Amino acid sequence: MTDQLKKLLLGEQGLVVIFIVAFALVSLLVPNFLTDRNMLGLLQSVVTVGIVACTMMFCLAARDFDLSVGSIVAFAGMVAVMASNYTASIPLGLIAAIACGAVVGWVNGVVIAKFRINALITTLATMQIVRGFALISSDGRAVGINSPDFYQLALSKLLGIPTPVWVLAVLFAIFGFVLNSTVFGKNTLAIGGNPEASRLAGVNVDRTRIWIFTLQGVVCGIAGILLASRITSGQPNAAVGLELSVISACVLGGVSLAGGRATMSGVIVGVLIMGIAENAMNLLNIPAFYQYIVRGVILLLAVLLDNLRSSALGRR
Amino acid sequence: MSFLEFSNITKTYPGVKALSDVSFRVEKGAVHGLMGENGAGKSTLIKILSGDQHADAGEISIDGKVQAYASTRNAFDNGVIVIHQELQLVPELTVAENLSLGRFPASGGVIARRRMLDDVGAKLKSAGIDIDMRRKVKTLSIGERQMVEIAKAVMLDARVIALDEPTSSLSSRESEILFALIDRLRGEGKVIIYVSHRLDEVFRLCDSLTVLRDGKLAAHHTSLKDVTRDQVVAEMVGREISDIWGFRPRKTGEVRLKVDGLSGARLRTPASFEARAGEIVGFFGLIGAGRSELMRLVFGADPRSGGTIAVDGKTIAAASPHEAIRAGIVLCSEDRKHDGIIQGRSIEENINISSRRHHTRFGVLNRASEIATAETFIKKLKVRTPSRRQDIVNLSGGNQQKVILGRWLSEQGIRVLIVDEPTRGIDVGAKSEIYELLYQLAEGGMAIVVVSSELPEVMGICDRILVMCGGRISAELTRGQFAEKAILAAALPDKKTPDAIAS
Repeated sequence: MTDQLKKLLLGEQGLVVIFIVAFALVSLLVPNFLTDRNMLGLLQSVVTVGIVACTMMFCLAARDFDLSVGSIVAFAGMVAVMASNYTASIPLGLIAAIACGAVVGWVNGVVIAKFRINALITTLATMQIVRGFALISSDGRAVGINSPDFYQLALSKLLGIPTPVWVLAVLFAIFGFVLNSTVFGKNTLAIGGNPEASRLAGVNVDRTRIWIFTLQGVVCGIAGILLASRITSGQPNAAVGLELSVISACVLGGVSLAGGRATMSGVIVGVLIMGIAENAMNLLNIPAFYQYIVRGVILLLAVLLDNLRSSALGRR
Repeated sequence: MSFLEFSNITKTYPGVKALSDVSFRVEKGAVHGLMGENGAGKSTLIKILSGDQHADAGEISIDGKVQAYASTRNAFDNGVIVIHQELQLVPELTVAENLSLGRFPASGGVIARRRMLDDVGAKLKSAGIDIDMRRKVKTLSIGERQMVEIAKAVMLDARVIALDEPTSSLSSRESEILFALIDRLRGEGKVIIYVSHRLDEVFRLCDSLTVLRDGKLAAHHTSLKDVTRDQVVAEMVGREISDIWGFRPRKTGEVRLKVDGLSGARLRTPASFEARAGEIVGFFGLIGAGRSELMRLVFGADPRSGGTIAVDGKTIAAASPHEAIRAGIVLCSEDRKHDGIIQGRSIEENINISSRRHHTRFGVLNRASEIATAETFIKKLKVRTPSRRQDIVNLSGGNQQKVILGRWLSEQGIRVLIVDEPTRGIDVGAKSEIYELLYQLAEGGMAIVVVSSELPEVMGICDRILVMCGGRISAELTRGQFAEKAILAAALPDKKTPDAIAS
């Protein structure tokens, strides 16, 4: 019995099993958890983290790191609001936001891949630079949205499910496919496994890394737009600390910080576990200060479990 | 009286029985050889001895005491020291610091430098190791580093020292120094376990020998007096191998690869050579002669500062491996672990990483063809694995090498295959298989360049040998002209004593 349990928990799908158990427990024990309203609220609360986690997964899988995501999300939100206010065209605003995200990501990628600066340092720098841009652009103030149509991005529903959740689902599907079924995805994992061997095997490592960071920027742009729409303004101080939540979710989902190992299903579960924990604590009226501790403990436990699993599989 | 005793050691990895019921004994003051093909279980046995891995069943006893260690640290304390192929030294520290690491003589946390140097100096001297202990390890040659590793064992008063393929990256001269050191340790009553693929070394050094095959004890010789080499080879492979080179002449065609005046940061003197279709060209030289550096330039792995490369008469840019592969040049690097395998990924992915671009549409993989490719090459190259999904790090060195070869053979339109030390750390059986493969590829019209530090190997399989020395091509010989002395003379920088090295 215990052997079977061990096998189940430490197997490839161990995290999914734990997630299902945790979900069932929370549903039973926490009042008002398993209601339509709360479920939608939960999903909406993980949209930002979930969207950014899609590409953070690639970043980590390639043995890189991106700390600048929070700043890019805030900056892209500012750009989306200000550009659509200025041009009176929402599509132009959205394009501008995504383009800005892409440019920041591309710069990250080029500096890291071509100039061989450590990703941690590079993105630590751009994190601050881009936050500076966001603050300067509005002189540190929040910028209100002029057109009510912009709110509709976050408020509109399709089949009873809010648009941002659809966007999240679509991105999960796209990036899951990209990771498993495209050359780009496989090359990303190979680079994380052994960058030099990948280069000598003919993988264009620099180009792949630049693409990873550029995509990360694009995705942060999308997250920034949806966030701005939800909070009905561009906030230069939005999404502070987002990078840590996103990396936590990825690690929870079994993405190896040493590179070479990542699954989309794992990341989805990681994102949901974080969301459920927060949601349940809110429903139980646990004060926000304690929530930090709980989140930290969950992360540590997840990493320990992952470690056990790796040694059970006979790696390292 | 037997000093070190293995009894009924059994170890199973997921999908592989690495060792089953292996028992043998080693006497005190003996150098004991451990031989076997790749995947025969040598490394696993050494790992169990060092406490790095646990046996599922069986026990090891030293001096009559059963060892039950939970970690390498315990093994250490019990006087068992394993010197791995990949050396475990801190490059930025000096020799003396490396040798004192973990037990610095200190007062109040401040290292007593004088005392450290005195202690280390005395030990090095008594062991007969001549290395400047103030030098940083990163400035030492691989051979010198190996000496430092052994010095470490001496400093710790090891009772059992296991050496895993110690000479695989040493020059002949460095090997000689190592052998002298081993002789001295034997005289001091240490037990030395000597893992090697090289028969002549084993016969020269070892008092006794254990041969493993497929995780089982194939033979145990308490003395090597009446044992022949052919016998040991047969024990390892399980069949007789008459001529391991199996050379057969071929017709050569047009010039496939033409390298003209190539130079780079690590190869100052411009180098030129050609390789024809169907030809196997060998590059011989000492470690550091510039052979690998030249090949990396041809493959675009390092930036070149001058010269041209032409394939089939067409000059190519080859500014990166990516471009070289598309021009039909591929390279199997000498450092498999660092430059070859993608750790943590399956055999299937390791094979398909480059060639998959031929089967994709808009960047989307063709799973069916990838599986087929992987299965084909696992079968064709006889990769020993339970499944194509096996993580490549779980394979033995020889099987990893085959997977890397599979990676390149699955490519399309390869005109030039460069293999750098293709059989390093590979057993006799797999060696013959790899040579046979090279002949077949050459017969198919490829130009093949073999870089090797083993003179018998280049002489055995090549049509032509280029010798490099100090970053220059110093001689060129065609098959009829092959002579050990001439080749060695061209390879030696001082051109003084080819005989001393040849012996």
